[in-house]
Amino acid sequence: MPEYKWPAMNARRVMGQPLDRVDGPDKASGRAKFSTDIKRPNMLYGALLTCPHPLARVRSVDVHEAEKMPGVRAVDVISGPGTEIQWAGTEVAAVAADTYQQALDAVRRIKVDYEILPGHLVNEADLGKAQAANRAKPAGEVVSGDPDTAFKEADVVSEGEYGIPVLAHCCLEPHGQVIAWDGNQAEFFATTQAVVAIGNDLAKGLEIPADRVHVRQDHMGGGFGSKFQAERWGLAAARLSRAAGGRPVKLHLDRRTELEIAGNRPSFFGKIRLAAKKDGTITAWESTTWGTGGIGGGGLSAALVPYVFTKIPNKRVNHTAISTNCGGARAWRAPNHPQVSFLTCAAMEDLAAKMKMDPLELFLKNVQFTARPEVYAAQLKKAAEMVNWSKNWHPRGEGGKGPVKRGLGIGIATWGGLGHNSQCRTTIHPDGRVEVELASQDLGTGTRTVIHQVAAESLGLRVSDITVKIGDNRYPVSGSSGGSTTVGGVSASTRKSTLNALEKLFEIVAPALGAPANQLEAVDGRIQVKGNPAKSIAWRDACKKMGVSPISAMGENDQRNPMGLIDQGVGGVQIADVSVDTETGIVKINKIAVVQDCGLIINPKTAESQCLGATIMSICGALYEERIMDDQTGRFLNADMEFYKLAGIKDIGEIEVHLDIAPHHDGRGVIGLGEPPVVPGIAAISNAVANAIGVRVPRLPMTPDRVLAALERRKA
Amino acid sequence: MRECHGIPGEFTLEGRKGWCLVSSEKHTDVQKRPQAGFSRRGFIRGVGLGGGAVGATIFQSTAEAAPPAPAALGPGEVAITLSINGKEHKLNVEPRLTLLDALRERLNYTGAKKVCDRGTCGACTVLLDGKAVYACSILAIDAQGRNIQTVEGLSQGSELHPVMRAFVNNDAQQCGYCTPGFVVAVKAFLDENPKPTYEQVKDGLGGNLCRCGTYVGIRKAVLEAAQARR
Repeated sequence: MPEYKWPAMNARRVMGQPLDRVDGPDKASGRAKFSTDIKRPNMLYGALLTCPHPLARVRSVDVHEAEKMPGVRAVDVISGPGTEIQWAGTEVAAVAADTYQQALDAVRRIKVDYEILPGHLVNEADLGKAQAANRAKPAGEVVSGDPDTAFKEADVVSEGEYGIPVLAHCCLEPHGQVIAWDGNQAEFFATTQAVVAIGNDLAKGLEIPADRVHVRQDHMGGGFGSKFQAERWGLAAARLSRAAGGRPVKLHLDRRTELEIAGNRPSFFGKIRLAAKKDGTITAWESTTWGTGGIGGGGLSAALVPYVFTKIPNKRVNHTAISTNCGGARAWRAPNHPQVSFLTCAAMEDLAAKMKMDPLELFLKNVQFTARPEVYAAQLKKAAEMVNWSKNWHPRGEGGKGPVKRGLGIGIATWGGLGHNSQCRTTIHPDGRVEVELASQDLGTGTRTVIHQVAAESLGLRVSDITVKIGDNRYPVSGSSGGSTTVGGVSASTRKSTLNALEKLFEIVAPALGAPANQLEAVDGRIQVKGNPAKSIAWRDACKKMGVSPISAMGENDQRNPMGLIDQGVGGVQIADVSVDTETGIVKINKIAVVQDCGLIINPKTAESQCLGATIMSICGALYEERIMDDQTGRFLNADMEFYKLAGIKDIGEIEVHLDIAPHHDGRGVIGLGEPPVVPGIAAISNAVANAIGVRVPRLPMTPDRVLAALERRKA
Repeated sequence: MRECHGIPGEFTLEGRKGWCLVSSEKHTDVQKRPQAGFSRRGFIRGVGLGGGAVGATIFQSTAEAAPPAPAALGPGEVAITLSINGKEHKLNVEPRLTLLDALRERLNYTGAKKVCDRGTCGACTVLLDGKAVYACSILAIDAQGRNIQTVEGLSQGSELHPVMRAFVNNDAQQCGYCTPGFVVAVKAFLDENPKPTYEQVKDGLGGNLCRCGTYVGIRKAVLEAAQARR
């Protein structure tokens, strides 16, 4: 068995290089085909009818008129008579027609009789109101140590209230698919984070064996945790296809529906009390939090509160899940972490402000309560250096004269990693071609590129010598892309598979080189006796010795046994530098310093892109994004991209990323970076605004009206 | 919100006035209307945040060169000819069909993407007589007689356009769904601003949105492409 460990850092030729992403040219030129771009012969277009009411019972669905509309080939009722609708946007029926416009016309002719039910609740910010409506479910108090005594004996006690609303995933490529199902086989062109699991999910829904579903996806336009399932609209599209004689049906959500039902993350509101000694050491934490993830409520693990500073000795934690008549929450890039980071770091900076202490000192004082004090201390100092904290920081509210005030603020993160189960098959052909196959997927993170780099490194070849095939559930099974587990899983399986294949090639070539197979190595397009380029053979000539049969070998990452190739556990610190116009309430990002713990970095370019993109997502959450629900109608008022606001290219300031690529981190192995950098930004920006204007803006996003309201309260 | 598809006259879309044409002869006065004086972002923020981020021309509806059309078209299909990337395409469309749907679903030019479908995000940006426009907000019948250029028309075979090359070099893309729209918007921006400053880049590309957060790479890519084009 080959030794699978990674080559030494200074011996790597392809891994560690900041290479361009391999599918960059296809994406930039518009050649890349996404699910929404798929066109199949005889394809029909689907459209959905959704329910406009947040709480209703379906009395009847009349599709007669719709069925007679021009071009209509099939109509499918998803929510039949008797169905209780729990949120607006619920799928009621779907139509397949020759054109999309015809499908929309037919959807408008479907007559649904609803019995509107009383008592819907769509807003959760007011805990008392939710309790009165009997929609609040307490998770149960969790107490450790003796918080009552600690608060009584504290030198300082600070209190604060904070709130962060529900945010939608708002994937640019909407959920949906092109699907053809003849009752036996299903061809499924998906947009998914899980080419294997989504096929299995569809098979379950259609009650057919999973091997009858063929899932394909070359590219996907954003998932962020919301694209794992076959979905009700997927099953409806399959039924429409079957009803239309197996013709392919293309059905993707329109923007309103995408925002209403295709994914969001839970809100968190909270009242937090902190107790501390005079020197800033925190002695007790007390939190009462609540939030919603839709009809199911929205849980919060007490283990996550307080965030990162989990070893604070005395704690009382209460969380209440509120059931609302809104589209349900889904995993959202580092589920719950950004919200809890915000609540924790905001409370800590408010404590520092009350004590007139530098928050950087307060954070450093309390790193003892984290799982990795040295890592966080070093990261806090590094981030502070990147924003010139010692020069630019000022006590809260002392941002100088003039209407525009500048401020700095800190946010902190932790995340896991490791790698999902992944199998990889490497085939070396007699003409020298190399194919690497995994049923994995590239979400835009660069998965395809890093697989190329690992394979090229193992085989002593260039990236352009390798063909990587992913995005098809008929390749060897690989895990879903969630939890930042993909890069760990696929890099380990690819490493093992490529080395296993290479070992077979060494056995074939060994006689010609007059050395045992275990004394050979693959370097720079040649196979040679270790350390002796004079005794070598070019890759292609080596492969010719196979005769006509290719070599094929598997490799597997078993998440129970990572074999030192991958690891988990990364910390991160971000410091935001903002300017706030106290006359207009407008917050401007000057700079965000991103310090991200990492392991072995396969591609520094795409790794940095993950950090940059995640930080921009935090800016969106801190300043712009918010799902706004109407109490009366129970509808998502801003389910579009005009008023569900994302940051634009001018709104992000400058972002500086520090990835500490160094031997002591490298030795840990590969660790995922998709999620951790999205955690600290919101906390950092909120704290920076408080530092600038002298008062906390308690509710996010920090829109101009909320900033001005906070300033008014301060004056009062 | 009232949609413009197929209903003639002035309409208001989220507070902004636009024009909807059924007969392109009827409303030639649209040419006098402001076409790029405000941007989506400048408008939303009202009080000036991101102020002046003027992006792709929005709701562009000039009809100067369109051939004479009957007084009322539709609701059935009408025969039209579209000139796309220098090639003439004859097709029958309902007057309500947007240029974006015609490109994507009828002619298989899928580079332009449908994201917001309401003239906000820029993923569907194409060039109309060299100007960047949102293809979701133009009717296919109104694009007749105009020189339509899509992202597919910018590269020559496998040779990437300098803007595309710069996007690749600077990793100005992740999932890639907003990318073709951005590439076209950048091309149009550089045509008008061959030597942009960094600040001008930030102001000039406010009409396109990205969810993965690729703006840092895009800013660098625009400056690099500007250099490469000289």
